[in-house]
Amino acid sequence: MLGFIHIAFPPLPALMAQLLIGLINGAFYAMLSLGLAVIFGMLGIINFTHGSQYMIGAFCAYLLLKFLGISYWWSLLIAPLVVGAFGIVLERLFIRHLYQLDHLYGLLLTFGLALILEGLFRQEWGSSGLPYSIPPTLTGAYNLGFMFLPIYRGWVIVASAVVCFGTWFVIERTRLGSYLRAATENPALVQSFGINVPRMITLTYGFGVGLAALAGVLAAPIYQVSPLMGSNIIIVVFAVVVIGGMGSILGSIVSGFVLGLIEGLTKVFYPEASSTAIFVIMAIVLLVKPAGFFGREFR
Amino acid sequence: MRSALAANLEVGFAGRRVLGLVLLAAALGAPFLFYPVFVMKALCFALFASAFNLLIGYAGLASFGHAAFFGWAAYVTAYAVKSWGLDPVSGILLGTALAAAMGLVFGWLAIRRQGIYFAMITLALAQMMYFVANEVAFTGGEDGIQAVPRGTLFGLVNLDDPYAMYYFVLAIFLIGFAIIWRTVNSPFGEVLKAIRENEGRAISLGYRTEHYKLLAFTLSAALSGLAGATKALVFQLASLTDVFFSTSGDVLLMTLLGGIGTLFGPAAGAVIMVSMENYLAQFGSWVTVIEGAIFVVCVLTFRRGIVGELARFFPRWFADGGTPR
Repeated sequence: MLGFIHIAFPPLPALMAQLLIGLINGAFYAMLSLGLAVIFGMLGIINFTHGSQYMIGAFCAYLLLKFLGISYWWSLLIAPLVVGAFGIVLERLFIRHLYQLDHLYGLLLTFGLALILEGLFRQEWGSSGLPYSIPPTLTGAYNLGFMFLPIYRGWVIVASAVVCFGTWFVIERTRLGSYLRAATENPALVQSFGINVPRMITLTYGFGVGLAALAGVLAAPIYQVSPLMGSNIIIVVFAVVVIGGMGSILGSIVSGFVLGLIEGLTKVFYPEASSTAIFVIMAIVLLVKPAGFFGREFR
Repeated sequence: MRSALAANLEVGFAGRRVLGLVLLAAALGAPFLFYPVFVMKALCFALFASAFNLLIGYAGLASFGHAAFFGWAAYVTAYAVKSWGLDPVSGILLGTALAAAMGLVFGWLAIRRQGIYFAMITLALAQMMYFVANEVAFTGGEDGIQAVPRGTLFGLVNLDDPYAMYYFVLAIFLIGFAIIWRTVNSPFGEVLKAIRENEGRAISLGYRTEHYKLLAFTLSAALSGLAGATKALVFQLASLTDVFFSTSGDVLLMTLLGGIGTLFGPAAGAVIMVSMENYLAQFGSWVTVIEGAIFVVCVLTFRRGIVGELARFFPRWFADGGTPR
């Protein structure tokens, strides 16, 4: 950390490889911060359980394969539905009681839920990672000329970009999305037009949680499946959210990808700082642009 | 709120004095009834939780990153005492000073945003300090700093004696707690409560609220550091666990369970949680599950915490400025 900084330009393949890793991490930051932003917009709570739900998504894929022989492709569909349904249960049982209270209590409650879930999974599967192999159709690599691109990594980037921009499209460009945005601004008024706002809130939470689970399934073959994978990533995602601000869907997607890339670049030029890079950027952003890049201040 | 204030003015109420004396007697006699290191641990966390409560309970600022101050003060004290041969008091003061300086910087950054953003910023900054602790050499990485000598107090009292160490720790706790009590019951503390209740109103009354918030943050960080530095000498160990975000969660849970914004609540919550961890240690990850369950139960049914609920029914005994929200 405190050594001399040697900046030498690395060979192109090494640079591209780190940028690719950065882009992959960025894809997960984008999906998770998008889910946080969608949930926060509707429910007014910061979903600390998001990391656990991402972890459970990965476990879902692992368990489906191990015990039922269900393939990766079906897991991509089943895990978000199962975990999303579980999220809906959590919202109905616990979270809905907090809408009238200070936002802080939402954070505390979901933090408690995250502890419970993580503790249960750790009790059952320990802290070490479990391997989940890449589906056969996505193994191997393309030769791009200047580097080899593992097909699975390319798939993750494309898939998460499609999911993120699909979500953006639904929220910003469709009738359903306009209901959602309206209900975020003024739930009472939207309800008076005959739209069932409480159900919309519940489904929004389920959708956000499903996104986290989908990210978990995508992550399973890249990172190992471990009970700790969620809490490791969620704090970084919080920093991403502080930098981007939760006021904008597009903002949370863009800041996720960009910060992943910057983190990857740090790994090339100054690897000791790569784990702290995003936090340092957050501190700098707070100094120069306290509300974040796409920020709208919520209280 | 009104009844709480009225009770506050009732300084002469004998019950509160009796309660205070009973608690003091219990603290003085505790090492003869329980394992001294266990009681010392409880005192360290009681101070930590009380310092944390100064911020969340009285200034209304929810920090998720207090592990940074606790853990880094522990590292600095352990290193100074072990490698530089500093005496315990200077070592603890150095750790506390570092925590105060960190608190000043973190607070300066974090008070630019409010509410949950504030919580996320403090969490992220603390996680950054966790990674730094993992990276730099002097912290000993995964091993931490072990076999820290307790030394002799003022060159007179050998702190390897568990009872001598206990009363040293108790003295530190009482000093820290007195500072908190004095702060809460000062004009400064009244302004903090005003900011907690309605910051816009406090600004319109002419208070530079960011100065008050920053000072409260720094003070809270310094006292958390005092607790961490003391803990390093008690266990003769500073480790990554102390700077990890789970420690921030622990102190939050202690405060919530005992009662956010009550004077004695956080200390009571700390004693309960430390005892619980002690008895449940053999159950592994179930401790985490139970902690999570307590969070959920507290938030859903019990937001005033134990002392906060007691204060509702026995205002003259416990009230100290009212609970927030």
